[in-house]
Amino acid sequence: MKYLEEFQNPELARGLLADIRATVTRPWALMEVCGGQTHTIIRHGIDQLLPDEVELIHGPGCPVCVTPLEVIDKALEIAARPGVIFCSFGDMLRVPGTDRDLFRVRGEGGDVRVVYSPLDALRIAEQNPQREVVFFGIGFETTAPPNAMAVHQARKRGIRNFSMLVSHVRVPPAIDAIMNSPDCRVQGFLAAGHVCSVMGTGEYPELAERHRVPIVVTGFEPLDILEGIRLTVRQLERGEHTVENAYARAVRPEGNPAARDMLEDVFEVADRAWRGIGVIPASGWRLSERYRDHDAEYRFDVHSIATCEPARCRSGEVLQGLIKPHQCEAFGADCTPRTPLGATMVSSEGACAAYYLYRRLGTPAAPREASPVG
Amino acid sequence: MADTLADTETLTGPAPTAAPDFAGYSCPLPLRDHPRVVMGHGGGGALSAELVAHLFAPAFGNPLLNGLADSTVVELGGARLAFSTDSYVVRPLFFPGGSIGDLAVNGTVNDLAMSGARPAYLSCGFILEEGVETAVVARVADAIGAAARTAGVQIATGDTKVVEAGHGDGIYLNTAGIGLVPAGVDIRPQRAAPGDVVIVSGEIGLHGVAIMSVREGLEFGVEIESDCAALGGLVDTMLAVTPDLHVLRDPTRGGLGAALNEIASAAGVGVEIRERAVPVPAAVANACAVLGLDPMYVANEGKLVAFVPREHADAVLAAMRSHPLGARAAVIGECVPDHPGMVVARTALGGTRVVDLPMGEQLPRIC
Repeated sequence: MKYLEEFQNPELARGLLADIRATVTRPWALMEVCGGQTHTIIRHGIDQLLPDEVELIHGPGCPVCVTPLEVIDKALEIAARPGVIFCSFGDMLRVPGTDRDLFRVRGEGGDVRVVYSPLDALRIAEQNPQREVVFFGIGFETTAPPNAMAVHQARKRGIRNFSMLVSHVRVPPAIDAIMNSPDCRVQGFLAAGHVCSVMGTGEYPELAERHRVPIVVTGFEPLDILEGIRLTVRQLERGEHTVENAYARAVRPEGNPAARDMLEDVFEVADRAWRGIGVIPASGWRLSERYRDHDAEYRFDVHSIATCEPARCRSGEVLQGLIKPHQCEAFGADCTPRTPLGATMVSSEGACAAYYLYRRLGTPAAPREASPVG
Repeated sequence: MADTLADTETLTGPAPTAAPDFAGYSCPLPLRDHPRVVMGHGGGGALSAELVAHLFAPAFGNPLLNGLADSTVVELGGARLAFSTDSYVVRPLFFPGGSIGDLAVNGTVNDLAMSGARPAYLSCGFILEEGVETAVVARVADAIGAAARTAGVQIATGDTKVVEAGHGDGIYLNTAGIGLVPAGVDIRPQRAAPGDVVIVSGEIGLHGVAIMSVREGLEFGVEIESDCAALGGLVDTMLAVTPDLHVLRDPTRGGLGAALNEIASAAGVGVEIRERAVPVPAAVANACAVLGLDPMYVANEGKLVAFVPREHADAVLAAMRSHPLGARAAVIGECVPDHPGMVVARTALGGTRVVDLPMGEQLPRIC
């Protein structure tokens, strides 16, 4: 595929690493905002190749992890109702609510389907006019435009049995909240490239200026990540704090105007709770008034569902780089990738999971569970 | 701290605290206790392993099951027989490169071959859903017959049941098989030993991506065909070089990643692979990149991974490459005494990562 292999070239990576090593003179803590970037970093072992001075803090940019428990419970409640076809992106199915997950709803007879696009869910609605079809619309600015398009199309084409449970979140308010946190250690951001390919870079100069923090729009392949780190470190070493675009092949300053118009039409900015973090003002989107007919929260009247999130792990401190994963009491004992207590242990993208696996390299292996027969 | 946080009205969540509470950050945890079966129990990963270890093994309670191989070798009347069974619930029934019939024959033949056995006889059970067209059943039966002839096995016994409409997915198949294990051959996961060379017989990920491309209605621009094939002949070719192959495994559900983990775990050894040496076709890499999947965990139906003593590795590799089903065989790594039970990949950039046992079904990531 064009633009895949080219951006994994080991020789070019060595060149960028050498440049970073030559530039850095003292310790810096950088946060990559997006879960996709964390995935690349861990998948390719990039964190192990960086000089000791460059520390990567993995940000709360995984849409699955930050979707609040309350919304998950609403999804479970709707999905379990007879007559409903509940459509979702695949990785939401494993996310537990208060007492079950979507897989279990399906095991109990609910019609839960994995789709790759909200427009697939819209098609299912057209094909099943006697059923209520609900799409679980979560994610950052990246998944918002196709979700908006699906709702827009549903309204335009009069597909009345289609609705969406929306819990969208936005990156800039999260960066602001992280920088406002009293114990914040983050000195520079790798901004999420695909978010900016939709929204452009206009939201960031004010943040960079106010918090005096470099923000570098960064892509997702190994060379993209290294280039983002290189530019951020260069700014930090020079005492600069501007917005740079290291992902120009996908990101234009104005973003994607058609997608932004669609977002403007369908959504309105709202306060959002981030799972485990709390409410961040103006950090999300909900369906605007005129699309309320397609808002699953209203259609199924699940407003009354309220949940209380247990604070059982210290991953919030890990996220800010205040403690290392293994300094948490639960780490490796009660909390492992098989039995995670928190976001950062859930998948290979999480800091704790990564730390658990790599730390195990240097220690006697934990007993493994039995393998399946056949 | 932003003052505005303190008095903001909330629309979606609990009352706001003074600042985002990172200390209380907690995130979704996969449920461990399942009062009901979920799809992940059939995914070939950790959930499947739990079901076997905690439910089936205690109930069946015999040492033969502890081998954890694709097939079990039993002694009967002085002969050593490999014995295996597998059920097939693939959707759609026909896919690029094969059908449920091909899978049912080749899957069980391969499980036998992974013990070094010469597959000889299969059983075949049909569970048909009321209403399925007999022409479709006939197509599947023809595919079974043709695959059996190609693999050199005979269908020796069979069974048919019909379930009510809505209680099946058209056609489910079960096959079981037996084959003779030649004298001097002892191939099982526990025999992996430090120093062994790890060889994969060809390009990985084709079957899983082929199935996804039709099941999910995804168009990749290139038609990807399943690699579904019977591996008995390839194994014969390898055994002709030396009977002392340590481990053979066909990386089906859970892919190469799960297969290597199971071997590392069964033998108490470490496995190190070089990521760049693993043959991944461009079409598979691209499809996985789009879907957020890892080719290491995508299913294969016509590949094997072999742990071969170092002194035989070159000759075995050459023999594999002389066989049509091993033409693209490649050394991907080795077995090591370090980090027992773990599989570690050296990445193209020179970093390392742990290739863990997948939890259950691989799910496409959102971002």
